[in-house]
Amino acid sequence: MIEARELVKQFGSQRVLDGVGLKVEEGEIVVLLGPSGSGKSTLLRCLNGLETMSSGSVEVAGVAVDAGMKPREREARFRSIRQRTGMVFQQFNLYPHKTALGNVTEALRVVRGMAAAEADRIGERLLARVGLSDKRDAYPSRLSGGQQQRVAIARALATEPSVLLFDEPTSALDPELVGEVLAVMRELAREGMTMVVVTHEMKFAREAASRVVFLDGGRIVEEAAPAAFFAAPRSERAQRFIRQLQGER
Amino acid sequence: MDLVFDNAGFLLRGAYYTLLITLLSMFFGLLIGLAVALMRLRGPWPLRALARGYVSVIRGTPALVQIVIVYYGLVDYGITLGPITAAVIALSINVGAFLSETFRGAIQAVPKGQLEAAYASGMTTWQAMRRIILPQAARIALPPMGNTFVGMLKETSLVSVITVTELLRSAQLLIAQYYVNMPFYIGIAVMYWVMSTAFTTLLHAMERRLARAY
Ligand SMILES: Nc1ncnc2c1ncn2[C@@H]1O[C@H](COP(=O)(O)OP(=O)(O)OP(=O)(O)O)[C@@H](O)[C@H]1O
Ligand SMILES: [Mg+2]
Repeated sequence: MIEARELVKQFGSQRVLDGVGLKVEEGEIVVLLGPSGSGKSTLLRCLNGLETMSSGSVEVAGVAVDAGMKPREREARFRSIRQRTGMVFQQFNLYPHKTALGNVTEALRVVRGMAAAEADRIGERLLARVGLSDKRDAYPSRLSGGQQQRVAIARALATEPSVLLFDEPTSALDPELVGEVLAVMRELAREGMTMVVVTHEMKFAREAASRVVFLDGGRIVEEAAPAAFFAAPRSERAQRFIRQLQGER
Repeated sequence: MDLVFDNAGFLLRGAYYTLLITLLSMFFGLLIGLAVALMRLRGPWPLRALARGYVSVIRGTPALVQIVIVYYGLVDYGITLGPITAAVIALSINVGAFLSETFRGAIQAVPKGQLEAAYASGMTTWQAMRRIILPQAARIALPPMGNTFVGMLKETSLVSVITVTELLRSAQLLIAQYYVNMPFYIGIAVMYWVMSTAFTTLLHAMERRLARAY
């Protein structure tokens, strides 16, 4: 479903991704872990082209993009990747001038050119799925953080993506609101959605992930099943990272 | 004061031209402003440089000079424009430069995450601009835009120098006829004030309407 090969991203002279290879099969849930600045967000954003890779290639949902392609071609391909993927951001990034339903249906209307009635029907179904049917006409400013993030998940699901990308979806939430968002994500996992998730929620990683990928300094240092990774991380850096995470709790 | 009322029709005709020139220049200024703002933000570098030059020149020269250049100056190159056409062209170009700065600032003030969310959902740049960025920028731009428009209404008085019989010039013509100054000047001052206030009220209503969603 996803394959990144020798992915390199430079910001100026800084190598933020230093030759990353990542493969995600259909139905897998891959959790990306790593210290701050290790390149987790950058890796995720290179997969759907929000960040332009410096070299290497990615293939997502059957669409292949190589860093060597002409910008125009690359942009066109990333656009078709984006139509087959959904992204959920740390800061939600809901459209403040649109209602919950409007947020969910926007891509259906604009990108798919779907008629309002049909888009609304799909939107209402998705809002029901994240437990927010009663908020269909509420603007984001009237929603709690947890509700906003659930609307954002419904929005990401609208175009029936093959893959969902999550960048720290619960990090901006008050602790008591984290659970409702994770519950929706667990439900998606159970339904077999392919997901790449950057998160510090160890419990979610342990219980829902098919695989944990540990990044440090722009490289994949370790890759393992969650049970094995958390019980006995092989690399010294991963050990230190897990100790720190547990120390915080 | 009777003189003012006796000549109300003539003055109202002046007010009509003031309003007409204002509305037309506002409309074209808006289009120019938006185009130039997008050119400066997303255009290739030659367009960017051109847009920057335009804004710098217009902001750095008096509106009066711009008006006489369009009306009297272009004649040297065989371009003869009617006074009202010249007035609308000059003022549109003028107000477009100021509005482009307002729009540019407003577009930049929309959080970066909005464009990313739109892109991530598969939109093209143009779709994202039209559906996500510009509506939010409009709300930010509306108050300063209102100020520009009210300022513009008052600046139309400058086009009296190119023989457009707008409000100021209609007063001047009456003064030349009757040899009294104050009543006519007070009269048109009141008319300017009424028009500005009406504009301001209208804009506030629009601001409230746009803010309702938030
Ligand atoms: N637009 C940018 N310009 C310059 N440097 C950047 C940019 N975006 C990220 N970086 C740098 O790239 C490195 C990796 O950033 P990235 O956001 O991918 O890390 P991360 O693993 O997601 O960290 P965090 O856990 O803090 O979110 C950091 O050193 C960051 O400063
Ligand atoms: Mg990050």
